Amino acid sequence: MYVAVKGGEAAIANAHGLLADRRRGDRSVPALRLDQIVEQLALGVDRVMSEGSLYDRELAALAIVQARGDMIEAIFLVRAYRTTLPRFGYSEPIDTGTMLVERRVSATYKDLPGGQLLGPTFDYTHRLLDPELAAGADVAEPLQRETEAQAMPRVSAILAREGLIEPDGEMPGDHVPGDITREPLEFPMARDIRLQALSRGDEGFLLALGYSTQRGYARNHPFVGEIRIGEVELELDVPELPFAAPLGTVRVTECQMVNQFKGSAKAPPQFTRGYGLVFGQSERKAMAMALCDRALRASELGEDIVAAAQDEEFVISHSDNVQATGFVEHLKLPHYVDFQAELDLVRRMRAEYEARENPAKAEEKREAAE
Amino acid sequence: MRGQEARDQAERKAAMATLAQSSGDDIVRLWNEAGLPSQAELLRGPETGLVTLRGRIGGGGAPFNVGEATVTRATVRLPSGQVGHCYALGRDKQKAKLAAIADALWQDPARRAEVEIRLIAPLRSALATAHEKRRAETAATKVDFFTMVRGED
Repeated sequence: MYVAVKGGEAAIANAHGLLADRRRGDRSVPALRLDQIVEQLALGVDRVMSEGSLYDRELAALAIVQARGDMIEAIFLVRAYRTTLPRFGYSEPIDTGTMLVERRVSATYKDLPGGQLLGPTFDYTHRLLDPELAAGADVAEPLQRETEAQAMPRVSAILAREGLIEPDGEMPGDHVPGDITREPLEFPMARDIRLQALSRGDEGFLLALGYSTQRGYARNHPFVGEIRIGEVELELDVPELPFAAPLGTVRVTECQMVNQFKGSAKAPPQFTRGYGLVFGQSERKAMAMALCDRALRASELGEDIVAAAQDEEFVISHSDNVQATGFVEHLKLPHYVDFQAELDLVRRMRAEYEARENPAKAEEKREAAE
Repeated sequence: MRGQEARDQAERKAAMATLAQSSGDDIVRLWNEAGLPSQAELLRGPETGLVTLRGRIGGGGAPFNVGEATVTRATVRLPSGQVGHCYALGRDKQKAKLAAIADALWQDPARRAEVEIRLIAPLRSALATAHEKRRAETAATKVDFFTMVRGED
């Protein structure tokens, strides 16, 4: 029998009070300021912006501190905040070719125009914990080198000269870019919609899928054609101005993955490409995105779909960590009535099973019960 | 005349870009130092909303939506009649309002030089310095490849 119950208001209020206390922690330790998080946990802030799908450093920092450093909770907070704001429109597409580059490397060309710029990278560090950092040692200003400003064309433009690589991804002329924040997901989906989903997808999930392609599940022989990180200018077309309104600059990470392709019934042998573009400095995510983008182009390129990373519905339906955490975490909420019904059902099935397997014993049990 | 109009538009856009990229604190400081007038009728905002940022597949292909960014906009009218606009990333309403007033003042031929010299030029110079510093710091991390010479013996 179902009896409606209410309760827990006081417990919930007190739990939230306790959460606020534990979030703050030991009061003798100074409280974190948002600018400290923005400056010193910058890559965590970038991850929250990228997967929260909202470019705003201070809000991402606030979300991180409010979530006690739980990144998925912080991403959830940012996604929820987004829904409270009106929409002004769609920006002009950014031009990563004019980026103020802070890092740019290519694994395919040693001497490319503009050169290899390592920037602020963890690569080639020894991954040894630094006790001086724990002691709060001063950090020297970085060195500067005076050079002529050099154009830095995207590496895809260099490869294109030989005609051995496919062009940048085009869509039919009348195609309007899809928007997963406006329309529900439908499969199969166009590449532009997939890229939007991947750009806000969970880094860990996409990393694992990208890794699986390297280990042989939909192997596609990737090379990093180029990774570039830096600031690009953003513009918005508005009716009240005779030119696109300049909005300022945003930092993004772009990854051009180049993949060997032996050809198929649909396309000749050539280098194909996967593309990654994410908010902030998020190199691992951009690379994983590019690997997944390429794997998901299997049917377009006439490849057999044999692995999880190529299965569009599987990848895109499970890449959003806010949706994933919502469905997994709802399991801990009260399911008393559902479970009661299941319990009744299992009891009945068990009785029927026993009656079938061991009629004498079941009869005995029934009589004892009576 | 058309050429002059195009030049004016390019200059106005450049001034708006400088304002959008500068911090609210810098704008307020220079505004007060220059003693620029801040009386204006607010026609819209300042209000914060979202702009969906677009990229291109492969860097130069078809556009796709990457994610959203907070943008604050304002529209003002000066007592002298000029209407100014501002759209800028972030949620700084004071900055959006002042930048919109600056845009309106810029359109007043009697005020343009003052806005350019007292406000836009110093902001632009600070941005250029920061830009150049960033570029030089990155340039110091450029890899210089050299060829190992194999011994003759």
